[in-house]
Amino acid sequence: MTSQVRELPSTAIPVEPDGPGLRPSFLRPFFTAVGGRLLPWLVPLVLVAAWQAASSFGWLSTRVLPAPNEVLRAAWALAESGDLWVHVKVSAARALLGLAVGGGLGLVLGLLTGSVRIAETLLDSSFQMLRNIPALALIPLVILWFGIDESAKLFLIAVAVFFPIYLNTFHGIRSVDPGLVEMGRTYGLTRWQLYRHVILPGALSSILVGLRFSLGLMWVILIVAETISAQSGIGYLTMNAREFLQTDVVLVGILLYALLGKLADGFARALERWWLRWHPGYQAAA
Amino acid sequence: MSDIDRTLEGGVRLELHGLSKRFGAREVLRDTRLNISPGEFVAIVGRSGCGKSTLLRLVAGLETASAGRLRIDGRDVGGLRQDTRIMFQDSRLLPWRRVWDNVTLGLPREHHDRASEVLERVGLGDRGGDWPARLSGGQRQRASLARALVHQPRLLLLDEPLGALDALTRIEMQQLIERLWLKSGFTALLVTHDVQEAVALADRVILIEEGRIALDEAVPLARPRSHGNADFARLEQRILDRVLQKPDADVSAGDRGWPGTPVHGLRWAI
Repeated sequence: MTSQVRELPSTAIPVEPDGPGLRPSFLRPFFTAVGGRLLPWLVPLVLVAAWQAASSFGWLSTRVLPAPNEVLRAAWALAESGDLWVHVKVSAARALLGLAVGGGLGLVLGLLTGSVRIAETLLDSSFQMLRNIPALALIPLVILWFGIDESAKLFLIAVAVFFPIYLNTFHGIRSVDPGLVEMGRTYGLTRWQLYRHVILPGALSSILVGLRFSLGLMWVILIVAETISAQSGIGYLTMNAREFLQTDVVLVGILLYALLGKLADGFARALERWWLRWHPGYQAAA
Repeated sequence: MSDIDRTLEGGVRLELHGLSKRFGAREVLRDTRLNISPGEFVAIVGRSGCGKSTLLRLVAGLETASAGRLRIDGRDVGGLRQDTRIMFQDSRLLPWRRVWDNVTLGLPREHHDRASEVLERVGLGDRGGDWPARLSGGQRQRASLARALVHQPRLLLLDEPLGALDALTRIEMQQLIERLWLKSGFTALLVTHDVQEAVALADRVILIEEGRIALDEAVPLARPRSHGNADFARLEQRILDRVLQKPDADVSAGDRGWPGTPVHGLRWAI
C-alpha cells in the first residue's frame, strides 16, 4: 500500500490528417487544443451511442439494461422530486465524516510514529498487524457492536481509510531527505520551524498519495455498508429500486457513485497540483 | 559599502586543540592542531575518507569531538552556532520554497530586505521567484551561497561546494566566492578534492592523511590568481605530488638507488 503511484499530467495526442494542403495552418493550434480536450470523451460517447442504439432496436431488454435516455429520465424524475439530493447528501455526509475521523487519526498517528521513535516502537507493529484485516471482514462484529445504525457505517469507513493515510504519512516523514533536516538545523531553525518548513512539506506528496488511496476505499466501503442496511443514501436508493425491478434507478445509483468518486479524485488531484506545484512532475503542461 | 559587509567584526579566530573524533573503534581524526587567523581562507585537501569532512563537521558543530577542544575567538565552543554557516556539496535548497524563500530561511524578518541584495550579488537577482527545480546546478549553488551569506556569517564552511559542477561553472563560482570573501572578510574553511581549486582560493592549503595534518603550505600568490601562471602551476604540482605521495622532486637520483628500483624498495619473489 506504500507504493507511490504518481500520475503525471499527460496530454493526448490528437489524430489529424497531416497534409499541409488539407487545412489552413493557422487553424492547427485550435484543432490541437480542442482535440486534446475532446479525445478522452470519444470512447465513452461511442459506447453510450452504441448502448442507445442497441436499446432502441430492441437488441437489449430493458430489464437487463434500460436505454440511456430512460436512465436520464429516471435521474431527472428523482432530481425533481428532491429524493436524489436527500440521498446524495446523506451518502456524502457519511463518506466525508468517516474520512475525517479515520483520515484525521491516520494523519496524526502517522506523524507521531514517523517523528517519535518511541511511538513507533510502541504502536507501529500493532498497526501493521491490524492493517492486514480487511475492513469488510469486520462487518459481523460491527453489526454486533453498533447494530445497523449510522455509527456502524462511520466505523467501517473510518477503519478502512485510516491505514492508507497512516502508512503513507509514516513513510513520507521517514523518507524526508536527512540532508535537508541537517541544513535546517545549521540554519538555526527551531524544532517547530523544522517541522513546518522541512519535514511536513517533504512528507506531503506521500500523504497525498495516501489520501487518494483512502478516497477510493471510502466509496467502496460506503457502497457495501449502505447496501447491507440503510434507510437512506444512494445504497438504499438502489436496493429499494431493485425490490421494485426499477433497473433504471439502480443504474442512476451506480452512476452517482461513479460521479462522486470522480469528483473526490479530482479534488485530491487539485490539491496535489496546488501543494506540489514546486515539483516538476506536477507542473501541468497546460 | 553596505549593511552586508561586516569588515568591522570580520571573521573569527579558529583554534583546534588536539581535536579527535572516533566512530566506534575507528579513529577518523587524531589530535588535530590548527590555528586559523580571522579572515583567513584555508583549504583542506586529502583523499576520500581521510577525515577532512569530519573536521569540517566538527567545526560546524554537527559532530562532537571525542577529545580535544574547539575555540572560537578564544572561547571554548560546542554545538551549532549562529555565526557559522555551511555550504554543502548538494545545494540542499528546499524544493518546495521559491529561491527567495530559501534564502530567507531562518532569517529574522527584520533582515529580509538583505535577501534581494545578496541574490543580486550572486547573480540571481531576477530568479528569486523561481522554484529550485528550475535552476541549473551552478545557479543552485549560487542560491545556496546567497542563503549562507545573507546571515552575515563570521565563519563560512564550504564542504566541497563545487564538486558536482562542470569545469567552467566551477571557475566562475571560485571567482564569485573569492570576490565575496574579499568583500565581507569572513573566515573561510574549504574542504575539497581539487588541489587546483585549493590553490586558486586559499591563503593556506592543509593536507590531511589518515586523520592527521600531513602538510600545511602557505599560498603566497597575489590575487586574483590565474590558473595559467607558472608559480601557480608549480605550487599546484607540488601539493598534488604530495597528496599522491610521490617522492619530492628535489631528491637526487643517487638517493633512490639505481633507476628502475621501485620507491618502496625491491621485493623478491621466491
